[in-house]
Amino acid sequence: MMWLRKKLDQIKPLFEKDGKFASLHPVFDAFETFLFVPNHTTGPRHEVHVRDAMDLKRMMVTVIVALIPCLLFGMWNVGHQQALATGIAMSGWEKFLFGLEKTLPIIIVSYVVGLGIEFTFAGLRKHSVNEGFLVTGMLIPLVVPPTIPLWQVAVATAFAVVLGKEVFGGTGMNVLNVALTARAYLYFAHPSDIAGSGIWVATGNQATVDGYTGETALAVAANTANKLQEAGQGFSAESVVNALNDYMGGMFTFKSMFLGTIPGSIGETSTLMCLIGALILIATGVGSWKIIVSAFGGAYLTGLFFNAIASNAYMAMPAHYHLVMGGLAFGIVYMATDPVSAAHTETGKWIYGFLIGVITILIRVLNPAYPEGIMLAILFMNVMAPLIDFYVVEANKKRRLSRATV
Amino acid sequence: MSKTIKLKQGFDIRLKGKAGDKLVQDISADVYALKPTDFHHITRPKVLVKEGERVKAGTPIFFDKKNPTVMLAAPVSGEVIEVKRGERRFPLEIKILADKTLEYEQYPTYKLDEIGKLNRREVIDLMAKSGVWANIIERPFGLIAHPEHTPKAIFISGFDTAPLAPDYDMLLQGEEAALQAGIEALRKLTDGKVYLSLPAKNPSKVLSGLQGVEINYFEGKHPAGNVGVHIHHLAPIAKGEYVWTVHPHGVAQIGKLFLKGIYDATTIFALTGSEVAAPQYYKTYRGAQLRPFLQGNLTRDEHEVRIISGNVLTGEKVSLDGFLGFYHHQVTVIPEGNYYDFMGWILPTSKTSRSLSFHRGLGMLSALFPKKEYVLDTNYHGEERPFVQTGIYEQVLPMDIYVEFLLKACLANDLDNMEALGIYEVIEEDIALCEFIDPSKQKMQKTLRDGIETLLNS
Repeated sequence: MMWLRKKLDQIKPLFEKDGKFASLHPVFDAFETFLFVPNHTTGPRHEVHVRDAMDLKRMMVTVIVALIPCLLFGMWNVGHQQALATGIAMSGWEKFLFGLEKTLPIIIVSYVVGLGIEFTFAGLRKHSVNEGFLVTGMLIPLVVPPTIPLWQVAVATAFAVVLGKEVFGGTGMNVLNVALTARAYLYFAHPSDIAGSGIWVATGNQATVDGYTGETALAVAANTANKLQEAGQGFSAESVVNALNDYMGGMFTFKSMFLGTIPGSIGETSTLMCLIGALILIATGVGSWKIIVSAFGGAYLTGLFFNAIASNAYMAMPAHYHLVMGGLAFGIVYMATDPVSAAHTETGKWIYGFLIGVITILIRVLNPAYPEGIMLAILFMNVMAPLIDFYVVEANKKRRLSRATV
Repeated sequence: MSKTIKLKQGFDIRLKGKAGDKLVQDISADVYALKPTDFHHITRPKVLVKEGERVKAGTPIFFDKKNPTVMLAAPVSGEVIEVKRGERRFPLEIKILADKTLEYEQYPTYKLDEIGKLNRREVIDLMAKSGVWANIIERPFGLIAHPEHTPKAIFISGFDTAPLAPDYDMLLQGEEAALQAGIEALRKLTDGKVYLSLPAKNPSKVLSGLQGVEINYFEGKHPAGNVGVHIHHLAPIAKGEYVWTVHPHGVAQIGKLFLKGIYDATTIFALTGSEVAAPQYYKTYRGAQLRPFLQGNLTRDEHEVRIISGNVLTGEKVSLDGFLGFYHHQVTVIPEGNYYDFMGWILPTSKTSRSLSFHRGLGMLSALFPKKEYVLDTNYHGEERPFVQTGIYEQVLPMDIYVEFLLKACLANDLDNMEALGIYEVIEEDIALCEFIDPSKQKMQKTLRDGIETLLNS
């Protein structure tokens, strides 16, 4: 790789101060540091002389590796759903290629727009391009439906990167999870393209089979409960489960929801893949196991709590169903664990995760307008995380003060 | 009543080049230097000697007008050959060309049991004017102790867990009597106790037999040997309190002042690191020029290595003609790391001998080899970024302190929060490991010291 290094050293002066392309320095810098870890050495004093081999780039790449199972499965599932919806027989490869064709443009748009803005801000603010968007750029495509218009992806990404991150000062300073900001923007600005039925499956302009509605499991569950209530009929603990099992000849069994062969956003359907990702994040220490465990725990306990009240069919649905439906697993594993927008203290992480689980189920079961709660729960807890930290840190200060009087 | 405290947090940086058991006594340096930059917060330095003047070992050559009774003394007798000054004429190095046989400033001598009969003022006066006082570091902030303060306790750490740290039985061999005398003197300085902390496994034989101290045992990885950690667990510092700390070598030097009546700057240091051909111990005086010890003992050209007075976490880069730091008992030589690493942020760490990591990220395999010794260089392995990852710093600091919040208070010059979050309990060496493991590559020790300076100047 010496020739590449030589080439870079040759053109480097052009991008230095007073060079021809000085304004493009952040762009050059980003590409150079992408290719080569720079030759910076530690300072002479008041500083450690050796540094750990881990850096933020590698940390972010670890998250992307953890996303790969969801991404690959999601691509296959986009094709699989098309096959189910249209009744056309497709091989595994055909399904995957169909998914790739739908997904790749979304990924490219997300990265191009996001990185474009990052580079622009880096140029304006004269700092180096931060690696945070490496993960965000992959998360955004995975939390949108495959039918999303590309211009909306572009607008949402721009909105999230500028208003969710750059106005606060870039990676490390943001209050909200950037990818969820993008999704929330879509959710409220373009509801017909990201909420409701008929958007979760890319049919490739083929006619759908009879009776196909393209609903998600969450919608089926909520609708079933509503119908039973309006009809004034009684319900049992199995009412919703039966409705899910009966839908489209067994599309929403517990097993298929766990495996993820159901309609939904591109990367979020498979609980199994999310758990594989969670294992990677926990094993590497990049994602906080405390947040993941407490969030699943919070969701499950809230489910049990509603089982105990059970004043309608949805409340009576077995609690473990909540864990495999919708984007709960994906949100908890990849978005709640974002260290910047989560609670920063270890005690705070338990509380933060637990409340995400609780609020998600609250929104799902009690709120008639939103079938899914994980997005709003995480965003809400992002806002609350500094408050949690505040009290944890105050407790630390109090311990220190109480020690002094002894 | 002695306790054994087990510490879960910490990380050992396993470097290649630990010093062997050999002590070399026949190499000596010609030039010695006292460096005012070795001490924190010297704001109004006053140099007492001129170039060409003759001094004895123990002659005061420098003091800080803010703390005017505390003298810093010449380590050897000889001729002052240079007073090197830096910005705003701040003295950087006061160099002395040593005599072949040393002459000493003579002070009164005492027997061991007579030290206990002296009063506190007499002990302080003798220690302050003779030069040994600078061995006493004051917490909070890690400054030279102020004689007018009364510490609530004095702490001596009897072991060092830093990378390639010297063995204290090597450093302190034959110093039993001096150490005991030093402890008698220190006991006059505090109303509280004198604490000695030892490792739970293989404590130093020389130190284990000392009387008049409370011995506690600590078990764990670095920074288990840091005196700040011991204070935090045994006698934490609150606002308005002082704790003094002394290195065992300093205790022995204080003892020798009382027993022999001289400022004896004899010291032993360990020459360590992967780029040293024969890592071993050397006997010399404080402030010795390093060239005689290193010349011919390096495996590479001097420009390809970094010579550090001290350890790799808190030491100072010096040149081959540089000097041993006042508080240092170790010199570490590691490779410089000014190379480009192609795709070094994503490829599995091919240069595994360079890639020690506390973390277990993608391709970070060092956690799988818990015994392997590494050849770390000075490369940053990345670029400086804002705080991103959380909860990692607390895993290497065995104290009830939120490092990220404390440092953010320092960055924001938020004095109230600095105090409330524990700035009185830490100095650079305590958070050096946090800086080492930081994937955001921030300069944490510098941030902390800047915060302390802000607090001191307010």
